[in-house]
Amino acid sequence: MLNRRQVLAGTAALAGSQLALPALAQSTPIRIGMLSVKSGALATGGRQMEDGFQLFLKQRNNTIAGRAVEFIVADTGGQPALAKTRAQELVQRSNVHMVVGPVAAFEALAINDYLAEAQIPFICSSAAAEDLTQRKLNPWFVRTSSTSAQPCHPLADYAAKELGYKKIITIADDFAFGQEQTAGFQRVFEASGGSITNKLWAPLNAADYGSYISQISGVDAVFAAFSGANGLRFLRQYNEYGLKGQIPVISAMTTVDEGVLHTMGDEALGIISAGWYSAGIDTPHNKSFVEQLRKVTGVDPGFYSVGAYSAGLALEAALKSIDGKVENKQGLIAALKKAEIANDPRGPWKFDQYGNPIENIYIRKVERKDNRLVNTVIKTYDQVSQFWTYQPERFLAEPVYSRNNPTKI
Amino acid sequence: MKTVGIIFITAIACILPFLLPGNFYLGIATQILVYGLFAVSVNTLAGYGGMVSLGHAGFLGIAAYAYAVTSGTYGFSPWIAVGAALLIGTAAAAVFGLIALRTSGLSFLMITLALGQIVWGVAFRYTDLTNGDNGISLGRASVISADPLTLYYVCLAVLALVMVLLAAFIRSPLGAAIKGVRDQPRRMSTLGYNTWAIRYVAYLVSGFVATVSGILYVQIFQFISPHALSLTVSSEAVLMVIAGGIGTLFGPLLGAGVVVLLKNVASAYTDRWPTLLGCIFLFIIIAMPEGLLPGSKRILAGMIGSFRKGAAPSASLQPTSRAR
Repeated sequence: MLNRRQVLAGTAALAGSQLALPALAQSTPIRIGMLSVKSGALATGGRQMEDGFQLFLKQRNNTIAGRAVEFIVADTGGQPALAKTRAQELVQRSNVHMVVGPVAAFEALAINDYLAEAQIPFICSSAAAEDLTQRKLNPWFVRTSSTSAQPCHPLADYAAKELGYKKIITIADDFAFGQEQTAGFQRVFEASGGSITNKLWAPLNAADYGSYISQISGVDAVFAAFSGANGLRFLRQYNEYGLKGQIPVISAMTTVDEGVLHTMGDEALGIISAGWYSAGIDTPHNKSFVEQLRKVTGVDPGFYSVGAYSAGLALEAALKSIDGKVENKQGLIAALKKAEIANDPRGPWKFDQYGNPIENIYIRKVERKDNRLVNTVIKTYDQVSQFWTYQPERFLAEPVYSRNNPTKI
Repeated sequence: MKTVGIIFITAIACILPFLLPGNFYLGIATQILVYGLFAVSVNTLAGYGGMVSLGHAGFLGIAAYAYAVTSGTYGFSPWIAVGAALLIGTAAAAVFGLIALRTSGLSFLMITLALGQIVWGVAFRYTDLTNGDNGISLGRASVISADPLTLYYVCLAVLALVMVLLAAFIRSPLGAAIKGVRDQPRRMSTLGYNTWAIRYVAYLVSGFVATVSGILYVQIFQFISPHALSLTVSSEAVLMVIAGGIGTLFGPLLGAGVVVLLKNVASAYTDRWPTLLGCIFLFIIIAMPEGLLPGSKRILAGMIGSFRKGAAPSASLQPTSRAR
């Protein structure tokens, strides 16, 4: 039974809450959870991701749309099972309003269903698995990086039409990301009249690329899709084998990503790659971004930092349009999907109806400037979608890109 | 005394969900049960059979993939998938046992390691079936239950059942024979026991329990990828067994509890949790080389003894070396 005091207290609280509610809603912080990796092989990417998002928060003085931000980072250790537990922890214990991250595709896939069930907006800032915005859609999901193959489609177009390559061998990390990148490249390159004579797959933890490099001959170029430090090791060995001057390398975004480019030397010079960002983009937004991030990290921003920074920008655009009412999850995810970002370092972009960016893809060439390596932009493909020039419906009717699709060689 | 302890722990386990502050902690508790069951399977082989396997995550993975493919990819009902997973997992154990038991000791360790890596390789490479390193995610409809409370009790019931059966098994003449083959294989052989067959039975039982834990694993995570089959998972299970107390019935559960709690709770407070995990293992090995459960029993008994006698404990504080 309620006694008099409780009723009075309740009424007072009710009256108070109705008056105080708008003010209160503005004063409680927006809680943003990030799934990062702080230990193991993926830790470098995780740290860059945090750096990017932290810089965004610092620039905004830790306030988005007039509300303070509470930023909670959880370490997945790069393991899917832990990633799921961490996501549950962020949602159930820290009561976050949204989740940003994670680094790797398999982590995103492991938590995607859970976040869909929990109805938590999921701003994926790096994981590039094609199906997340293609065949396994989660209505609560948006991505601020790209699909694996999104930059590889234009690269193949460029290689066939402007560089005039006819025959290419591909080499890639033997996991889903490398396979999807290679598949996208192969599809467009073959459609443009070129031919892939061989596809080489190196294990993720390959210590030596010699046996793969020795299979490379009789082609116009090599397409290399590596991530992390593998790009560095491959290019160094490629140079040591004396092939650098003979068969040019063209590469996916992550092979010569700014995150590893600063550790490379002459072996990387002249490599042409395609990506949705380059630290060398000549716009005021990008220049100030690069300068500020360099102050924090000492090196140019790359894939992970920009993906996370853009997640912040998209979030800001969405929250401003709904007056910071982050508690309205439906409103937030709808506003996110409508967000059009004009002030992004990578150039303007917006989400397609699947939650993946339509963005500029830059053809970049590694050059030495101011005594450091940069990816100089040599051509821009404006506003490229994840489906390239194909009809989305027809694209989606086919199975997802893999090692054997398009056809095995 | 022992019965009282077991009843007490069972009672705590039964009301635990109502003591925990939220579903997140309930999920952690469920994980302890599943990893505990997995550690129990490793212990069956390592503790009672004297054969340390570094490929047990393979069985967990085979069961989980068998379940995920049957229920997720082909859309059969969860219970049919459970049957299929049990069958395929145990069949795999039967085949692997034939290969691995041709050796013993260090060679056995390496063969199981190789077998485990083969399973991992297949999961990683056979993308048409397993979807490669992107793994298979299962929706709500493809698992027995997605409700955390139900899952907890399902896992608890399965674990309790396995523990009861295993305790009976270890006490049976066959269980005694398994321990006999561990300690004195030559004498057992002279006595007319078929040591190979006894080891094979131990391997099968262990593989079966690992299969069961694999099915529970995929229920709670609703996701399976090659990471769950990696060497790390196998060796972590061996660590759980050693930390908790090898060759004891409940030691592996305690070890699993320590590892899962450290991984999940400690990592929320420090980035250096792998280091912390290492330090704790180091502490266990130095302070209680026989494992947490027997070690704390020994220290407890020593303390009680010293209270009764009013004298400092002497011999009882020294670790008792196990005759091996």
